[in-house]
Amino acid sequence: MNRNKSDIFKKGFKSGIPIGIGYMAVSFTLGILANKCGLSFFQAVLSSALCNASAGEYAGFTAIKAGIPYLEMFLICVIVNARYLIMSASMSQKIEKNISGIHRFFMGFMLTDEIFAVSISEDGEVSKEFVYGVEAAAIPCWTIGAAIGVILGDVLPGYILSALSVALYGMFIAVVIPPARDSKVIAITVFISMFLSFIGDITPPFSGWTSENRVIVLTIVVTAIVAKLHPIEEE
Amino acid sequence: MNNIYIYILIMSGVICLTRILPLTLIRKPIKNKFIKSFLYYVPYVTLSIMTFPAIMYATDKPVAGFVALIVGIVLSYKGAGLFQVAIGCCGTVFIIEMII
Repeated sequence: MNRNKSDIFKKGFKSGIPIGIGYMAVSFTLGILANKCGLSFFQAVLSSALCNASAGEYAGFTAIKAGIPYLEMFLICVIVNARYLIMSASMSQKIEKNISGIHRFFMGFMLTDEIFAVSISEDGEVSKEFVYGVEAAAIPCWTIGAAIGVILGDVLPGYILSALSVALYGMFIAVVIPPARDSKVIAITVFISMFLSFIGDITPPFSGWTSENRVIVLTIVVTAIVAKLHPIEEE
Repeated sequence: MNNIYIYILIMSGVICLTRILPLTLIRKPIKNKFIKSFLYYVPYVTLSIMTFPAIMYATDKPVAGFVALIVGIVLSYKGAGLFQVAIGCCGTVFIIEMII
């Protein structure tokens, strides 16, 4: 690695530090959740290290607790993580052209929402050194946070756990609301999605389904309708 | 009881593939407008569905979860970041469950 490349790596690493601090807090609550859902310390840490995904792990852990069939698990994972398809596709346009397949593989492996966000906001093409720098700072925090969460989940009093359990939903809200503020279509989509989710939760026969099934069916139906009625503008 | 390791394999396998496959395979932009739009809206729809009403079942008292949702939306609308919104929601539940 020559001087220039190591500078780029350091620049990426610095961008990754605040992300890592946020990750610690979130994966901490995921660790608590994993513990509640019946995963062992090793299983929770393994999941964290392999997934690095908040909504993905949340859906996965609750599905494990519910003991749903493997096929259903596969479908819910595809739905919950579908956004990575577009981030990854978008990233393929942003990185330097000459990056080899093996590096693309490792850049993709840890392509979280936040790492995607800082990479895409860089000027011009993004080098693998930059992305690896961000990942080196942020990703270990994710796994460490989860490990601490599993351990403290057994120790912390109930009212603290109750308060911490909404941290993840807070993150989901913080992903959904800023674009909803700027786009009427997204705002209405968010409201209708929550409303229908609530209706489905209390209305038979939908209330008899598992919540994972409701998420899959509602997501496909609502997204397809919105995509048909309001296709995105070509940029 | 299903095997937890198979669940972990499915979960991590799907996440890795969704992140890796397009990056390694797609070299040109996606053309189909419907697929592009579908992928664009998916996160907003699915995260909204997963948040409500589930947030009310996560807390000891459902009303605390509901107020946390409102506080989270207001904070986020006013420009608070990911981390601040999450902390704001936690604090709301903590205070409300203290009171009632």
